[in-house]
Amino acid sequence: MWLVVLRRLGLGIITLWVVSLLVFAGTEILPGDVAEAILGQSATPEAVQAIRDQLHLDRPAVVRYADWLTNLLRGDLGVSLAANMEISEMISGRFKNTLVLASLTAALAVPLALAMGLAAAMFPGGRVDRLVTISTLFLLSVPEFFIAATLVLVFAVHLQWLPAITYMTEYESVWQLMESLALPILTLTTSVVAHMARMTRAAIINVMTSPYIEMAILKGVPRGRIVLRHALFNAVGPVVNVIALNLAYLVSGVVIVETVFAYPGLAKLMVDAVSRRDMPLVQACAMIFCTAYILFILIADVLAILANPRLREPK
Amino acid sequence: MSEASNDATQEISLNSAGARPLFQLSLMGKVGAGILLFWIIVALVGPYVAPFHPADFASDDSFGPVSAKYLLGTDYIGRDILSRLLHGARLTMALSFTATVLAFVVGISLGFTAALAGGWVDMVISRIYDAFLSMPTIMLGLVVIAALGSSIPVLIITAGLIYSCGLYRIARALAIEIKVMDFVEAARARGERLPWIISREILPNAVIPLVSEFGLRLVFSILFISGLSFLGLGVQPPTADWGVMVRENLGGLVYGSSAAFVPAAAIASLTIGINLIVDDFSAQRGQEIAEEMI
Repeated sequence: MWLVVLRRLGLGIITLWVVSLLVFAGTEILPGDVAEAILGQSATPEAVQAIRDQLHLDRPAVVRYADWLTNLLRGDLGVSLAANMEISEMISGRFKNTLVLASLTAALAVPLALAMGLAAAMFPGGRVDRLVTISTLFLLSVPEFFIAATLVLVFAVHLQWLPAITYMTEYESVWQLMESLALPILTLTTSVVAHMARMTRAAIINVMTSPYIEMAILKGVPRGRIVLRHALFNAVGPVVNVIALNLAYLVSGVVIVETVFAYPGLAKLMVDAVSRRDMPLVQACAMIFCTAYILFILIADVLAILANPRLREPK
Repeated sequence: MSEASNDATQEISLNSAGARPLFQLSLMGKVGAGILLFWIIVALVGPYVAPFHPADFASDDSFGPVSAKYLLGTDYIGRDILSRLLHGARLTMALSFTATVLAFVVGISLGFTAALAGGWVDMVISRIYDAFLSMPTIMLGLVVIAALGSSIPVLIITAGLIYSCGLYRIARALAIEIKVMDFVEAARARGERLPWIISREILPNAVIPLVSEFGLRLVFSILFISGLSFLGLGVQPPTADWGVMVRENLGGLVYGSSAAFVPAAAIASLTIGINLIVDDFSAQRGQEIAEEMI
């Protein structure tokens, strides 16, 4: 079994390496000179030369890639072009903010999605099920900024319960901090829960079709007991897998949500870096997000292997 | 001779007897089709019925309220929201539709090629796609736009290539499945060539799964492109695009202006409409809606 897990870990490292290639190649697909493209037509030759020196554009791409990768592995993320600062300094606080947002969202979304998925799977085709499937279909269809705009209009403007912008600087109390975090978290939760609940429901319904569940139904076990005592344990593997997979969706969710609420997180920093075409900063942020994404998928797969004996034997 | 013609008539009558509609829409599906039809009509005629030019500073009010003259109010610099919404429909829908068509053409042709050619061709194409799928699509989009800058061709090609990944996998799997079926074997044995086998034997059998795929990819493309426009990295202002409209009017939201909400709701209704049809379609094929929204 550990051989399979190890093999999956190895695959994860290879994936990460491929992603680093892709992220780095992003700068190389530029037709012509990177420095000129970044600065635009009107740039002075001196400025272009400065960028060229900073990015070491006189050296071949393979060498630059190798340098970049080794620095990355040593934790040296390079220097931002626009701010002329060490990137690791720029992102440390931002990274923490994004982590706060993501983990609070996960803490809220996971139990909520489980409850919704379970309630829906209890009676497939029933009233609760239809309510859950239709509402989650709506939620997963709409863009995050629509959810955000709706929540702001309802909670910040009409009810005036919550502030619409999150500064994350000085707060008098934890309560005040929570209050200002509420709307970003609610938005993210809403968009993540939709996927998670649907996939939880599907995973449980899948288990519910097995013969031993039919047996339980036939001998008259109450429906709630069947789902909670019989089906859930065998669905733990797929459900945990679903949760880890959906936490990976947070990566794309935070990009929009941080922009809507002007939240000082890593995703907002990255979006700003993209519009300023600050390539070293874009690369660093992209690597952090992709690592998180790959990590979640890796965890999902490893948990699936641990939970399902059939996946444990090497093929 | 007579036997052959007999066969032919029998086949025709069989076809017409079995000619029931591909699928019947349920109530929700009909609602979705209605919404989609509405937006298609808006995209076609919207620019001609819009009361103002989308770039006109029609009013002195920024975030003006809803009134008889400005049916949906005005935006942050006093432009008529209804006019911008009507104009934006065409761009927003055309961009994502083109990207989806591109995704289809690229994904399906590569998928079928990989499945039929097999061997190293299959391996190379599959590994390249695996590499792209190992990144969240929004990250891929951001890196490409950081490098190339944003323009409409870049948006369409990026979205098209990203969403061709899913189609590639589906098309490849379908083709591999169908490849071993008797009628394809028969065509091969007759000495038919690859393009013929794809277009006349495999494609017709893959049409139904691919149609609902089309709807799904269309939703992804709409969300992806309008998301980038919302981030300021897609369609550039002052062009009237729904994602751009949400972005530029976001500041008015806290004052209770619906200027940002209206275009966001337009996108939401469009994507919900398409997904209702897709959901209906896949439910009848006993499938869950695919869940790979990244």
